[in-house]
Amino acid sequence: MNAGDVLETSTFTVTRADLVAYAHASGDHNPIHQDEDVARSVGLPGVIAHGMYTLALVGRAVAEWTGGAEVVDLGAKFTSPVVVPAEGGAQVVVGGTVKSVADGLVTLALEVTCEGKKVLGMPRAVVREATVRA
Amino acid sequence: MPVDPSLVGRAFPAPAPLSVTPERVNAFAASVGHPGADGGAVPPTFPIVLAFDAMQAFLDAEAIDLHRIVHGEQRFAYVRPLAVGDELSATLTVTGLRQIGGADIIATTSEITDAAGAVVCTGKATLVHSSGGAA
Repeated sequence: MNAGDVLETSTFTVTRADLVAYAHASGDHNPIHQDEDVARSVGLPGVIAHGMYTLALVGRAVAEWTGGAEVVDLGAKFTSPVVVPAEGGAQVVVGGTVKSVADGLVTLALEVTCEGKKVLGMPRAVVREATVRA
Repeated sequence: MPVDPSLVGRAFPAPAPLSVTPERVNAFAASVGHPGADGGAVPPTFPIVLAFDAMQAFLDAEAIDLHRIVHGEQRFAYVRPLAVGDELSATLTVTGLRQIGGADIIATTSEITDAAGAVVCTGKATLVHSSGGAA
């Protein structure tokens, strides 16, 4: 990987069933990720994906781009919710470029959107260069 | 009701260690479609399972409803990759607290350690608590 490389954009569909599976796997059973009425009662536009679900999709894209390289840093602000409708699901688009390669670390610049709107603020992923298989 | 400002500096351990079993890793990886779900690759966000337990201990101790919490930010820094077979523990520390527009912005750090007590990763999270106007 070299600075400036553009990585292949991935589009992931998130359904309510995915959120239920994730709730069981992660232990996060916050009803705002399952129940429309509860979500609206706290001012949300509807059922939203766990922020960590969206960040996990970033982790997935990074793994696919780098051949499962060792991640040393991963994070983001959850600036806008991913609203998941009861039917069909939401499309989360993860794009990235290689921002820098230095000191044995590859830093990726990421853009994560849903319906054309950025859902993550300052997303950041850093992997160990020696473990990249891409 | 706003969160008690004297919380800053207090630590809340997750109630129990978590064994990183193939079953747990596979279920987590499959739910987010992480590649190698059956090959034992541990997704980098997996430590949230333990950080969440520690957060829940904090919420329970302070009688804060989970459904009034929205995750504002999460960052992980890893000392080493997670591996199947790890036995992980977590302690959450409240590092900051401020109010914006009726919401509490709670900053936390969760240290995830292995069975030997070595730090595996550190998670920094911001939790947004909306009290819903109740006095």
